[in-house]
Amino acid sequence: MARRFLDGKVLQSLAEPVAAIVFALLAGGIGIALFSAYVPGHSAFDVGLPIQAYQSLIGGFASANGITSTLVYATPLALAGLGVAIGFRAGLFNIGGRGQFLIGAVGAMAVVTWIGRDAGPWITIPLALLVGAALGGFAGFIPGLLKATSGAHEVVTTIMLNYVFLFVMAWSVLGPLTLPGAPQPITVDVSMRNGALPILLGPNGLIDFGRGGHVGLLIALAAVPIMWFLLFRTTIGFEIRAAGANPDAARYGGMKTRRLIVLTMTLAGFMCGLAGATTLLGVVHEMTPGYDTTIGFDAITVALLGRSNPIGVGLAALLLGAMRAGSQAMQIQAGVPAELVDALQAIILLFLVVNVLRRIMASRRRRPGSAAPAQAAAMPATGGAA
Amino acid sequence: MNAIPEALNALPVLGIVFQFLGYVVGNLSFMSQTTVAVAVPIALAALCGAVCERSGVVNIGLEGIMLTAAFTGWMVGVAAVGILGRSDPLPVFGITPPLLIGVAAAIGIGMLVSLLHAWLSISARIDQIIGGTIINIGAVGITGYLYHLVANQSLIGAGSFKPLSVPKEVADFPLVGWLANAVLSQGPIGIVTIILVVFLQVMLFRSRWGLRTRAAGEHPRAAETVGIDVIRLRYLNVVMAGALAALAGAWLSMEHGSKFDANMTAGRGFIGLAAMIVGRWTPVGAFGAALLFASATALSASLTISPPTGDLGDLMARVPGEFWEALPYIITIVVLAGLIGRSIAPAADGQPYERESAT
Repeated sequence: MARRFLDGKVLQSLAEPVAAIVFALLAGGIGIALFSAYVPGHSAFDVGLPIQAYQSLIGGFASANGITSTLVYATPLALAGLGVAIGFRAGLFNIGGRGQFLIGAVGAMAVVTWIGRDAGPWITIPLALLVGAALGGFAGFIPGLLKATSGAHEVVTTIMLNYVFLFVMAWSVLGPLTLPGAPQPITVDVSMRNGALPILLGPNGLIDFGRGGHVGLLIALAAVPIMWFLLFRTTIGFEIRAAGANPDAARYGGMKTRRLIVLTMTLAGFMCGLAGATTLLGVVHEMTPGYDTTIGFDAITVALLGRSNPIGVGLAALLLGAMRAGSQAMQIQAGVPAELVDALQAIILLFLVVNVLRRIMASRRRRPGSAAPAQAAAMPATGGAA
Repeated sequence: MNAIPEALNALPVLGIVFQFLGYVVGNLSFMSQTTVAVAVPIALAALCGAVCERSGVVNIGLEGIMLTAAFTGWMVGVAAVGILGRSDPLPVFGITPPLLIGVAAAIGIGMLVSLLHAWLSISARIDQIIGGTIINIGAVGITGYLYHLVANQSLIGAGSFKPLSVPKEVADFPLVGWLANAVLSQGPIGIVTIILVVFLQVMLFRSRWGLRTRAAGEHPRAAETVGIDVIRLRYLNVVMAGALAALAGAWLSMEHGSKFDANMTAGRGFIGLAAMIVGRWTPVGAFGAALLFASATALSASLTISPPTGDLGDLMARVPGEFWEALPYIITIVVLAGLIGRSIAPAADGQPYERESAT
């Protein structure tokens, strides 16, 4: 590692994401200034507004509470990001994170609702996490199986399934999981049924730091090295990467690529389901029929930004977590809508995939023909008909 | 219901099927009109996808193009009303100047976003599915951001187009009249869509442009050899197709409804792509598939508005409403998965084309 660092490889692999983020913040700043007239109390083309917005964005995560909420936001992003990243490694594009997340939350909710009162936290919480993750895995298994047996493209099927699971979730909250006697349809609060994840960081937690950092953080922290080990030190991981790099070669090499597709999609769904279960038990605690999440799309950003490397995914999750944590402060203090983060994500990815930095370097060195460098490691071809 | 003899309705199990058929026939007038209307944005998205993919570019960013166009059309309509003021709509389609300006703006922005996708796919040669996803994420973010800024102000939009009114005598005529009503009692974008389906079917398979497009999508190197500028053709197709997806967006915020809502496309672009695959990359086939997906929505709308009676009603009452809402998406998956090896994409679909270097 030290040697690679000296070679500049690690530094180089960091330079591009950092440059993409800087470009995105600049572009976002121009965007904020362009529409500043609509922010209450600001004139048109107010150059001060982007500065004010970014100041409150940074202020939002650079404090004890801010760091904790960054970690809380980063936890599901890392888990779901790993789920998308392992798909990319196998050449599969899992856009089903949203549905897998929701069904994972429903699974955890069901366990807590039905056995939480009698079973106690030591049984309820692990079982709820496991059932949530397993349901997420099932939600990934379906598009995997469809892709392997009929060739139905996973991009279309996972997105269709997102909507199906959105309605499954609404139905479960209105039906079997609804809290009897509540004025509006809502589920039970998991903390009433031994289902809330213990608080790790916070006034009542093990470490008195910020507030509300739940133990799901440890799960995400463990998942990163486990996924790295799985991908780079096991046979299955090798086969997944081989199938992503060159499916034909993998098949001729004797790998059962169809089984790999099903396995990878199931694993991807499992991680997103786990993200949903930890978020439910650790943060939101109860669900309404309208519960929804942006995790599915955020996880794609995290996986691409982290170059589908588990360690990179962990770092990208922290970055996006910080942006999410800061965006609330930005919206309240500067009046700039938190949706800016979604737009910034797209701009970051845009700069990253077109390799702006490398294009600029290439043109400065006047090396013709190097405009589109290989990006196989980070983004395996998902091509073919959607 | 009277169309089916009572004796048949009373049969066990099968009776429910007959009752269901009777219900569908009884409500066909409403359901066929709704089916065509709901199919319009799906069909437009499918046409956009077909024009792109026939030339070899996968465009899953069309969902984002739709969303951006829906927002821009609505916003420009608001601005146009502010400048021009309200005017009396024309008797046909309820056309007003602000509405037309809104549609033009929607088409303009749609083609612009499409140009970005074209550049990413054709010139920058990045993975086209990832490029499309970035456009989708960006569209959600940027329209969400701007909508958040203006949502609290009570803005007066340009309203919406009105459907053609088919004379009641014609509309009530069984079957033929119902179908005529279904097709004709649409707004201008709906009518244009039906014309475009036929027009593009003919163009793709009977014109020089169509032949060149299909050549670029099947074997770009061969196409280039006979003098077709593959890069230029792909740019042209993707940008033109952007106008189709933009019309779908304009339909959402100016014909179906009269205002923008965050994420109002709700996966219609992706259903459109599925319709394109089911319709084997042909405009008429894609329109047929769009009608199939839309019929599920129409059925659920009909069940809500006029619930069936008798045994069928009892059965339907036990099916949760969420099931009907999820049905179009489920049907899309089932039909897509059922097409084992029978729907084959253009050979060079999704592959960037690189000219052989002169050296």
